[in-house]
Amino acid sequence: MSTSRSRPKKADRIIYRRPLSLVDRPTHFCPGCGHGTAHKLIAETLDILKIREKTIGVAPVGCAVMAYHYLNCDISEAAHGRTPAVATGIKRCQPDRIVFSYQGDGDLAAIGMAETIHAANRGENITVVFVNNSVYGMTGGQMAPTTLNGQKTATSPCGRDSRSMGTPIRICELLNTLESPWHIERVALDGPAGIRKARKALLTAFKGQMEGKGYSLIEILSPCPVHMRLTPREAVRFIKEGMIPAFPLGVFRKEGKPVT
Amino acid sequence: MKAKTYSVRIDRNRCKGCELCISVCPRQVLELSEDINPRGYHFTRVANPSNCIGCSNCSDMCPDTAIELREEMTRHA
Amino acid sequence: MRNRVLMNGNDAIGEGAIRAGCHAYFGYPITPQNELTAYMAKYMPEHGRVFIQAESEVAAINMVFGAVVTGKRAMTSSSSPGISLKQEGLSYLAAAELPAVIVNVQRGGPGLGNIAPSQADYFQATKGGGHGDYHLIVLAPNSVQEMHDFTINAFALADRYRNPVMILTDGRLGQMMEPLVLYKGPPPKSPPKPWSLTGARNRKPNHIRSLLLDVDALEERNLILQAKYKTILNELVGFDEYLTQDAQVLAIAYGSSARIAKGAVDQARAKGIKAGLLRPITLWPFPRARIRQLAAKVKGILVVEMSAGQMLEDVQLAVGERSPIAFEGRMGGAVPEASAVLTALQHLNKPTGKGARS
Repeated sequence: MSTSRSRPKKADRIIYRRPLSLVDRPTHFCPGCGHGTAHKLIAETLDILKIREKTIGVAPVGCAVMAYHYLNCDISEAAHGRTPAVATGIKRCQPDRIVFSYQGDGDLAAIGMAETIHAANRGENITVVFVNNSVYGMTGGQMAPTTLNGQKTATSPCGRDSRSMGTPIRICELLNTLESPWHIERVALDGPAGIRKARKALLTAFKGQMEGKGYSLIEILSPCPVHMRLTPREAVRFIKEGMIPAFPLGVFRKEGKPVT
Repeated sequence: MKAKTYSVRIDRNRCKGCELCISVCPRQVLELSEDINPRGYHFTRVANPSNCIGCSNCSDMCPDTAIELREEMTRHA
Repeated sequence: MRNRVLMNGNDAIGEGAIRAGCHAYFGYPITPQNELTAYMAKYMPEHGRVFIQAESEVAAINMVFGAVVTGKRAMTSSSSPGISLKQEGLSYLAAAELPAVIVNVQRGGPGLGNIAPSQADYFQATKGGGHGDYHLIVLAPNSVQEMHDFTINAFALADRYRNPVMILTDGRLGQMMEPLVLYKGPPPKSPPKPWSLTGARNRKPNHIRSLLLDVDALEERNLILQAKYKTILNELVGFDEYLTQDAQVLAIAYGSSARIAKGAVDQARAKGIKAGLLRPITLWPFPRARIRQLAAKVKGILVVEMSAGQMLEDVQLAVGERSPIAFEGRMGGAVPEASAVLTALQHLNKPTGKGARS
């Protein structure tokens, strides 16, 4: 029986249902893709904090460019990599609105690295959601700045070779060298516990923005089963066993101070 | 006397058969169906509803918000 | 500030933007427009507006994108190499039909070039330097007063047509100082912007996007844009004429080149040559029709530009076979000399003067 939002019986208590800020529409994401989860966590955050009506998202190039189909708030596209600059323009002109960006590996850490660092360095009061799935999904699984050493992708068919292709970039640690950011945290969609931590992290970040605290970045290690060349269950295991050792989880910057 | 039971509902048309919910259910409530939905996926079905303890592992894990979880209030005779 | 001041061109643009209600300015240092960035750095915060020195010209144009999606007026400025960096952003602005003002204080090129004035970005400005079928409205001031006035008008035009507007000027105009009568009126009225991203309160969410994967949808979008450009073409062509009534030889030039050409026209008249000047003010839309009209009445046309001949091609397109066309141009930051323009006019005026540039 198909139910989208069936009416609860009189005494039922809803434990979980689709958040209101998520458009009632099946997604185009692949089975097991972490974007679906990340989208729903953001939608939950907008619901819980009751900020949907004053939130503006920036969704750039990547699998997440379709965010406007799924998130029920004002959304702007951005050219590849320019997302923090667009978000800066929006936030500076409307400081009382909540502005977030939703970016993948290429957008945030390759073509957009300068914009990422400088928005963080200016301490822009925005929330950057960084979905790290170790590959470029939309364009067919090419190597990303976050691809692991030895990981095979469309443009590292023999595995990432550190001698000529660099090594994975740890964004949280990189931005943590700057004085200005307020909250930097890395979480992972590696199971229900990880998802709950991710939910908490997003709440912290968005709440901080509401209070004018400054720049927050939440890096979410996320499965891309198709381009990780794994089943969804294997992809989750890959996050646990392969990605987390390379990208340690935790809070790097809290209340504006590095966490030692 | 009231006892807690839980109802897990899966929207079979949204489910993409990724099996992540099945992988995190601690009570074997869910299994993959033999049938396929209009999009061609074997969707997850609720095989053992009475096992459910309402832990919300499945609904948290589902990337497609295909799962709705409720706590029901029932009376025992 | 008194109403009549002595100001340099770059500053005049800045003051014009402020008086036009520009809410946000984003820029990056590059000569010869640094005075404008510095002016905005000083005065925008004083007016409670937004100023950011961005990390690059690319970041700056995208900050403009963000600012204008909220419905506020925003501007960026740069010079030739920096404008090259902004091309993707211009395409995105045009595609999403966003109002914005972009100032190019041209310098010698190509490549890193030099910091002397130039007009070699004409193709980039008018034929699109960005990808896709789009147009910027392009205005060409030729005095500090016009730098000021055209800037105010640029914001009005950008809003009226929901289109980016470029002010195409050069390092000479940017740095020169002239008396200026400051604009005293209110900022041009802003139209309602129901499309802007202000938070989906009591309305459905708005989306600003240019991605349309469905081919029919994107073609439809393009047809809408083309219709708009046609409207602009019919409504907005601007030019100035000097002694064209009885002209037998016609100079066509814009910006700094037009000032030099005007001087040469005066010298020619003093020698009994019936010379005139047509000065395009809108480079896009280009005053094709008027040039075609005048071409039928004159012995010859002289195009004067600080380039290898870019506007020259638009003149050739407009004129066709109606009149011989000569060209006086300098490149690499060099500025045409009035004496050279005069010689060219004299040559055109001769009965056997061909001077046509193939």
